[in-house]
Amino acid sequence: MKKTLSVMLAIALVLVCGLASADALKIGVIGPMTGPAADYGLACQRGAIIAANEINAAAGETVIELLIEDDEHNAEKSVNAYHTVLDNGAQMIAGTTTTTPCIAVGAEAYSDRVFMLTPSASSTAVTEDKDNVYQVCFTDPAQGTASAQYIKENNLGTKIAVIYNNADAYSTGIYQTFVAEAATQGLEIVATSTFTDDTTDFSVQVTEAQKAGADLVFLPIYYTPASMILQQAKGMDYAPIFFGVDGMDGILSIEGFDQSLAEGVMLLTPFAADATDEMTVNFVTAYNAEFGVTPSQFAADNYDAVYALYNASKNAGIDASTSAEDACEKLIEQFKSLEFTGLTGTMSWNEDGSVTKTPKAVVIKGGVYVSPENL
Amino acid sequence: MTLFLSYLINGISLGSVYAIIALGYTMVYGIAKMLNFAHGDVIMVGAYIAFCATQYAGLPAFVAVLLAMLVCTLLGVTIEGLAYKPLRQAPGLAVLITAIGMSYLLQNSALLIWGATPKSFPSVVSLPPVSLFDGRVKVTGETIMTILANIVIMIALTQFTGRTKMGKAMRAVSEDKGAAELMGINVNATISVTFAIGSALAAVAGVLLCSAYPNLMPTTGSMPGIKAFTAAVFGGIGSIPGAMVGGILLGVIEILGKAYISTELGDAIVFAVLIIVLLFKPSGLFGKNVREKV
Repeated sequence: MKKTLSVMLAIALVLVCGLASADALKIGVIGPMTGPAADYGLACQRGAIIAANEINAAAGETVIELLIEDDEHNAEKSVNAYHTVLDNGAQMIAGTTTTTPCIAVGAEAYSDRVFMLTPSASSTAVTEDKDNVYQVCFTDPAQGTASAQYIKENNLGTKIAVIYNNADAYSTGIYQTFVAEAATQGLEIVATSTFTDDTTDFSVQVTEAQKAGADLVFLPIYYTPASMILQQAKGMDYAPIFFGVDGMDGILSIEGFDQSLAEGVMLLTPFAADATDEMTVNFVTAYNAEFGVTPSQFAADNYDAVYALYNASKNAGIDASTSAEDACEKLIEQFKSLEFTGLTGTMSWNEDGSVTKTPKAVVIKGGVYVSPENL
Repeated sequence: MTLFLSYLINGISLGSVYAIIALGYTMVYGIAKMLNFAHGDVIMVGAYIAFCATQYAGLPAFVAVLLAMLVCTLLGVTIEGLAYKPLRQAPGLAVLITAIGMSYLLQNSALLIWGATPKSFPSVVSLPPVSLFDGRVKVTGETIMTILANIVIMIALTQFTGRTKMGKAMRAVSEDKGAAELMGINVNATISVTFAIGSALAAVAGVLLCSAYPNLMPTTGSMPGIKAFTAAVFGGIGSIPGAMVGGILLGVIEILGKAYISTELGDAIVFAVLIIVLLFKPSGLFGKNVREKV
């Protein structure tokens, strides 16, 4: 009896929702909810749900409906997921989460004329030659520019050393934009040293930075070599500010890593969950209540993506009856002039689909990320 | 000057790690006359065992080192018995290829057991660092420990091969396997003991390597293994003091090359120096120049 009742309730619920969402905007959300990158995809999904709930609550009716599909961080599965959400009536995509699937889906969306706003796929290849694919996160090389701006604005250092991996496109790309922006900002780079993939001994690089008197060491590298640099710098009693980019995210989760080595390390990230502005506080509270965890930068990125899509659609007069193709052309027009303030800052978009916003950073204190303003 | 000194100290500390690995290489080559390319990967296994013992089982450092030595000794003897012993009469090339295969087997097994994510190895050395020249140059406890371990192992090995019965048997096997067998020496047992000692040294080397450079993953042993092999050839393969001198020189050359020429060319400089040395002294710095009789 109980079972029949719950089945009937479920059917009723589906009917009600189905009816209610007949004139709701349909946004496809695609990302890895399972598999090795599940953390990122789940966070994106949850961020989108919080945004949709807020928008619907404010409107008093269902104005946004999310169509969520798992892609397991796999390009083929992601394309399938993309077709599934389109078949179910999606008019635009807030996704995909990870870079490789996003490039594959982006190619399809480009020929189908479907608008995509990825929260977190940061490679320039994601938006390259596609007029309808936009990013919420900084591109990889833009992180170099953003880091230099942040360091200058906050007076973090006057003499800067850079250690980067010149066998790696990610690291080299960030290094080049950093140097260019540092020159415009008037930052002095006193030492630059490189390493390659197999390097485990960083004594020469750290010594060079130390002898050059650098008070800030910029590390546009992944967290594994960074952990060794921190350890070897400590062995030499060298304690400048170490400043990393998103590749540094994860240093606290290395097994066996002595977290005290990372004390005071700063990294560029668009979102800090402990920020005290009203928007962040509301988001973190709602997210915590709904999912029982603290949101990551991915959740914030996709929260912003859903809001940006909703605002742009409203401005462009897109409603439930607009086809995906029409919506695409209207959104492209909108994003040229859209200015939007979200959790990750005030954003506007360039012609190539990349974002312009104020960089933010966090500092590691006692094994957690803290906003520098909250120290 | 201080800058040069600190580079020199860094070079010696890197070189002392190469030296301790090279001791194992040279020992096995000197006696069994084979290049055990899996040596670098036995080092990696030793480091993982010590990591698990301290991190998961909470054992004290010296127990962890002993455990790693025990496991590596068993591993080394097993590898020798299963993969190398059946090939004793085969051409040298077959054994060499088997050793390379064994190296990949160990790496991939480690990948299965411990995963690809690098682990950060907590140092097992608790010696305090020493400051020289009014604190302008600092020598870490790990470096001091590695150099001490090198000296102890070098003296112990020289004494062992020179004075004990098993040591004499090893030298006899090294000189002429056939004649040694005719004189009543158990060649197979002698080679097994050589592998046991070499692998126990590998465990010590692994722990010291990862204490100084804490990044532990399945390929941790391969590059230092190749460098240490180079060091052993540099010093004269088969010579125990040669391995130590070769290792330290190699480390110093690498760091000075990186510091004064190019950080990217560090490895290239190391191998270029090796080629030059071998051109003028084909048997290495301390090697005996033995002519092969045809």
